[in-house]
Amino acid sequence: MNATTIHNNQALALSRIPCLDYEAFRLDNLALLDQPERHCVHYFGVAQADGVRLFCCIADDATHEIQVSSSLVDPSVERPSLTATHANFEPFERQLHEQFGVRYTDHPWLKPFRYAFDRADQTSMMAEYPFLHSESEELHEVGVGPIHAGIIEPGHFRFICNGEQIMHLEIQLGYQHRGIESLMVAKKKLLERTTLAENCAGDTTVGHTTAFVNLWESLCGYETDTSLQYARTVALELERMAIHTGDMAAMCADMGYQLGNAVYGRLRTPLVNFFQEWCGNRLAKGLIRAGKSNYPFTEVLAGRLLQLLEAYEADFEEMTQVFFALPSALSRMEKTGVVTYEQVLEIGTVGMAARMSGLNRDIRASHPCNLYGSVIKHEPIIKHHGDVYARVRIRREEIRQSIGYLRQLMQEVPPTPIYADVPLNPGASLFVLSLVEGWRGEICHVALTDSTGNLAAYTIKDPSNHNWMALALAVRNNEISDFPICNKSFNLSYSGHDL
Amino acid sequence: MNSNLRILLHQGRQYIPDIINAVPAGIFHGRPVITHLAVDEQRLVELCPTGAIAASPVSIDLGKCTFCGECAVCFPEKISFTKDSNLATNDRSRLIITEGKDKPIMVDQQRVRADIHRCFGHSLKLRQVSAGGDNSCELELNATNNVQFDMTRFGIDFVASPRHADGLVITGPITANMAEALDRCWDAIPDPKVLILAGTDAISGGIFADSPALNRRFLDTHPVDLYIAGNPVHPLAFIKGVLQLTRK
Repeated sequence: MNATTIHNNQALALSRIPCLDYEAFRLDNLALLDQPERHCVHYFGVAQADGVRLFCCIADDATHEIQVSSSLVDPSVERPSLTATHANFEPFERQLHEQFGVRYTDHPWLKPFRYAFDRADQTSMMAEYPFLHSESEELHEVGVGPIHAGIIEPGHFRFICNGEQIMHLEIQLGYQHRGIESLMVAKKKLLERTTLAENCAGDTTVGHTTAFVNLWESLCGYETDTSLQYARTVALELERMAIHTGDMAAMCADMGYQLGNAVYGRLRTPLVNFFQEWCGNRLAKGLIRAGKSNYPFTEVLAGRLLQLLEAYEADFEEMTQVFFALPSALSRMEKTGVVTYEQVLEIGTVGMAARMSGLNRDIRASHPCNLYGSVIKHEPIIKHHGDVYARVRIRREEIRQSIGYLRQLMQEVPPTPIYADVPLNPGASLFVLSLVEGWRGEICHVALTDSTGNLAAYTIKDPSNHNWMALALAVRNNEISDFPICNKSFNLSYSGHDL
Repeated sequence: MNSNLRILLHQGRQYIPDIINAVPAGIFHGRPVITHLAVDEQRLVELCPTGAIAASPVSIDLGKCTFCGECAVCFPEKISFTKDSNLATNDRSRLIITEGKDKPIMVDQQRVRADIHRCFGHSLKLRQVSAGGDNSCELELNATNNVQFDMTRFGIDFVASPRHADGLVITGPITANMAEALDRCWDAIPDPKVLILAGTDAISGGIFADSPALNRRFLDTHPVDLYIAGNPVHPLAFIKGVLQLTRK
């Protein structure tokens, strides 16, 4: 095998990544995906003077390793795609096509990805997205968005329906594109870059910022102490609990269950207010910093959190017992929006959208960082039905699991040292890949530095990149009135996808 | 039925009775106060990730500030953030806090259009558009209607269609890809209508201010009725700001 093996957050000299002939690169990476334990965590390109260098990163969950290989290609020459053989690569190759104009002979779904401002084809316009159309007189189309009825982010959904039944859903994204990846390189101050990471997806502030700081510290050869690792682990579990609770509220709202909506909605408040007590921001902006902490976690905070969890747990369990025994709620969730194991494996979903269908994918267990794998021995929660109900049950059980982890972490709060104000400077010609299991699933940040230690490229993959296709498959053959509940049960990110 | 009543009983009183005087929990990055202490102003200015801090005299533009608190951590005797959640005004210059000034940010009642009080003094229906918002302001705007903040008690509510709305709330730095949808949404709202910018990203572009992926042209031609600072906007700041704008 012509790939270099690395671990999560390991700084690797760029020269150690093999640069293969495209055909060998394609076949090798396809061959790697012959086991369910392996999937593509990132596949991206970096523009060079002599073409585009493609980097493919395949994670192996069984060995906890990541295989990295590369190939230098001329984008104007048509070549066979990886997607034609394995749909794991579909979003990545669409992105390569949009960003660099890489051409394929056999990509089955070469649609625009996010309409990035620096896309290769500036004539490709949002208003002219090439939707799949049906010529049938029996079918009709329904367009929804980009502006939706609720206070949510923009995206366009185009349904092809037979009466009330959805035959096909196509999702057009890009409305949220702010150019984060190129700003990451253009802005030079660490705090600017940290702020950008915080703003990738505001509902996953901790997840994305942790991915960034873990990466940055590796890039700079900084030894991260236990106190920082501890705070990040606590924050990740707290963010997971808060969003899962909010999602349960939103699910109840979408099925018209007012009591559940009100109770879960108010249960989210103490969790986000705890972030504010800790760092002054309800969504944890400002909390996670590379090489230091402005808001150390104290024994007092630990006491407050334990109190809060006790009060939360009693009310959560009481509500949950009623909600999960309510026939009218169960009938809306069971067998609605099903995605099978074969489908999730083929499209390579991650996080909850994998675990709902029996696919064990969880970075906390497979490629652990921070205190996962050492203090927290994580056992992923797996369901098998792949329906809305499976996704709700995963949330319920992950909330319980997070309460357990937080209680365990609160037993011993590590002392916070005084952090020396030393500048963190990245090493020269390095490659670092950082994986973090956010509440939505696996977040991947990758950075490359040049020969002077400046950032040469920074690329981000939100779990939603893999999972939007799962939503499109989930709603097929369902009634269009069940779309909101299916959508909410995935709760995917628009801004994380569009960047 | 009994179990439902038991659940209701166990929630206790979640509702915040007095929104105007409610104090946010824990540390809250509200309106900052800057002392006259002499510091290395150049270092202070360079510290800020969004260029919100200016020197001689030192000032912080809350329309650009991400409320990360870094300046207060590095210069604790120069800058401190108070718990004052009045962060909304209709006069953009009032969001700039200069050293030695410790006065609340308020809506300038002289500048409020007469029809706002007349038409929206008792009821205001808003349409929200996320134009590159990262879903943090969106989460907080949703929270304004939860059982704790309960903004609908004031007759202020978010509606599903611009046709039903009296005004528009923009979150996010206004991406080029959302520019057309934003124009069309604004045009679909019947007159008279109000325009509210919620959050740092909407007010100035925030960390994205110089991104080539933005198109903030909409703001060149549409006067703004209310700026609400925050990253994201706190539900208290939002509710208090809208109340100040619409009620005498």
